[in-house]
Amino acid sequence: MSNFFNIIFSVDFGYAVLRVTTPILFAAMGALISDKAGVINIALEGMMLIAALTGVIVSALAQSAGLGLLAAVIMGALVGMLLAYFALNLKTDVILAAIAINLIAMGGTVFVLFVVGGDKGISSSLPSLVLPKVTIPLINKIPVLGSILSGHNILTYGAFLSVYLMYIFIYKTPLGLRIRAVGENPHAADSVGISVKKVQYIALTLSGALAGFGGAYMSMGYVSWFSKNMTAGRGFIALAAEAMGGATPQGAMATSLLFGFFDALSNSLQSLRIPAEFVQMIPYLATVIGLVIYAASKTRQIKRIQAQKERDAQL
Amino acid sequence: METAVFIIKGELLMQSELLSMNGITKVYPNGIVANESVDFSIRKGEIHALVGENGAGKSTLMKILFGLEHPEEGEIILNGEQIQISSPNAAIDHGIGMVHQHFMLVPSLTVAENMVLGSEPKKGLYVNLKKAVAETKELAEKYNLIVDPTAKIRDLPVGIKQKVEILKALYRGAEVLILDEPTAVLTPQETKELFEELHLLKDQGNTIIFISHKLHEIKELCDRLTIMRNGKSQGVFNVSDVSEADISRLMVGRDVILKVEKEDADPGDVILDVDKLTVINDFGKQAVNDISFSVRKGEILGVAGVEGNGQGELVEIITGLKQIHFGDVRICGNNIKPLSIKEIRNLGTCHIPEDRMTYGVAESLDIEQNLLADKHDSPEYTGKFLTKPKVIRENSLKLIEEYKIKCGSPLQEVKMLSGGNIQKVVVAREFSSSPQLIIADQPTRGIDVGATEFIRKRLVELRDQGSAVLLVSADLNEVMELSDSLIVMYGGEITAYIKDTKSLNEEELGLYMLGINRQSPEEIGRAIHV
Repeated sequence: MSNFFNIIFSVDFGYAVLRVTTPILFAAMGALISDKAGVINIALEGMMLIAALTGVIVSALAQSAGLGLLAAVIMGALVGMLLAYFALNLKTDVILAAIAINLIAMGGTVFVLFVVGGDKGISSSLPSLVLPKVTIPLINKIPVLGSILSGHNILTYGAFLSVYLMYIFIYKTPLGLRIRAVGENPHAADSVGISVKKVQYIALTLSGALAGFGGAYMSMGYVSWFSKNMTAGRGFIALAAEAMGGATPQGAMATSLLFGFFDALSNSLQSLRIPAEFVQMIPYLATVIGLVIYAASKTRQIKRIQAQKERDAQL
Repeated sequence: METAVFIIKGELLMQSELLSMNGITKVYPNGIVANESVDFSIRKGEIHALVGENGAGKSTLMKILFGLEHPEEGEIILNGEQIQISSPNAAIDHGIGMVHQHFMLVPSLTVAENMVLGSEPKKGLYVNLKKAVAETKELAEKYNLIVDPTAKIRDLPVGIKQKVEILKALYRGAEVLILDEPTAVLTPQETKELFEELHLLKDQGNTIIFISHKLHEIKELCDRLTIMRNGKSQGVFNVSDVSEADISRLMVGRDVILKVEKEDADPGDVILDVDKLTVINDFGKQAVNDISFSVRKGEILGVAGVEGNGQGELVEIITGLKQIHFGDVRICGNNIKPLSIKEIRNLGTCHIPEDRMTYGVAESLDIEQNLLADKHDSPEYTGKFLTKPKVIRENSLKLIEEYKIKCGSPLQEVKMLSGGNIQKVVVAREFSSSPQLIIADQPTRGIDVGATEFIRKRLVELRDQGSAVLLVSADLNEVMELSDSLIVMYGGEITAYIKDTKSLNEEELGLYMLGINRQSPEEIGRAIHV
């Protein structure tokens, strides 16, 4: 047991939490923006996977990590637009179209990987690059905290910055206002001349781009290669995080960190004598428990009013 | 009569028209001719009423004017020039604004945010909220439409929301305002206030098109009126030249008496007993707050109130659509708390839902299947394994005849019927199960006069046969005409119990509906008959 706490209260663990939160946080922001516009994007998983592979291939071919990242983000945005085209132009069900994208991504990335890299499992034959790590001056001198906060991949800082930018974007800018209006009452938006379709296109494209950042981080930061199904459900965990976070940027960040914590825990616990399969289950179990707690908190509201009424009755 | 119409029309056309729609024809894809060479015109600075029954084509005509629908034929002339209105945006650019019956507002945004939505003032990259608030305030003061710019829409009562809608149109530079049945959701006091505001708007040079079928309102407010029937214009008149009876005759083509003939009620035992019921809605608010009342055999208890004051939640609880949290509801002595919807129905409850397309019918199924929906599992219609098609067909033919449902055959899809006939399908199914308790929620909303008359008569007949009826309606005339007794709901509470509806006037009712007046707990307690 003491081993367990040694792990949790170590500097390495704190660092790891931020490291594993990064892709979830990007995807959660992607989930947030599409949710606000009233078109839920459950294709985040597939988008991340496609972007991860794109980043590896382009960075290997161009020998530039920056170009790899750019290509990954553009690819994410394009898949977002594709989903928008299916859902908004062709009027397919947005959930079904997204499931199709997820399934295509699952098989398609392996196919492309085989064609380009000659391997069906991992991209180790490709000389792909990783994005740089950043040491933050001054902060890295602070004991304990410095080691936790400094020295992360540039995209980890990008992910937390994106929360702030998302907040500004949604609550302060005209487009953000329109996105919220479209998501809540499309008829109202329509009646004042806002094109609902255009706004939802933008939201899904941005959502895809954010998933693209998350995907690029997976293959060019978290690890330095692409492997089959490497996102491992993070796109879906992000959807849960966004919902539990009350569909606000700061709430989604808090729940993403919570899932990041359990993800890091499962990584660290593998060093103890706990079966790997059990440990790997933890982040997903945490998602289920998290959703239960979220649902329960809504019922608690009713109980609180009940207690209040009983007190009133006694008086 | 016809000649008279033309002479008046000829005279009117001599004067300068601000806007005219000439020869408008609109055919919907399902073949319904909503407008047939309709001429319609307005003068600057007038309040022009557009009247007609439901389905007469007035909404379609206005949707064309606002760019929401596009006509097959016809032209629109504004200030002597022909214009094309391809979208609401184009209409707004031409100074035409519309206040829809269902508010086009975003509930979680503030008044000011809703005002500027789509044409936001900017400060750098951001929305300039300060300016939005200031502009809202300024405009509100100019037109004496007082609202709090920083209040969230979802916290505002209906009357205020409507003011926001009017301001929204004015903010976008509207000079011609289309108001689609604006008084349908208002109390008499709020209506009076609205009329004063509209007069003020008119005095400042705005032109108003007022869609309504409440004749006394038109007499009170408007300068001229255009009457529509069956997609055609019946002519333009000066309001002062025609009587309410004339208008009514032109609207429906026959003299309709909407007075419901009924004897005094002879109430028996309590059927529905609501005891200290409280309902918490999805936002954690107390939508219904500790109310108690009962409905007896052979009486119609009306529930009056501005929509959204807990009536919807009350109906949801009694019909089992929503779980009871606090308090008790008993039907014929049975507590319904642990019962399913099916079990509540088996106690003899029937429900005419407010939203007939969602809860009343399955629109893509045929009439026969819809009529069978609540009794498909009864041994009368279903054998051990299979249904009994012959019995089912007999039943549907009988109900179609009895309820005068206009259709080609029992196998016609319900969505192909008109609103009134769809409602008749619902009513036929619900009433044919010899109900003990009828929950009628807005039973005649949005349907034509003929069907309305029919359904109201049936309700009274069933009452006479011993059913207990709970009638929820936003149509004040309906509650006052049909109900024997009445409760008024405001903010989830009962503010008044009126034992004999005949003794009540609209003015008094309005004060209870707004929560300004409130009876003492003892007086309200008379609603409980146990």
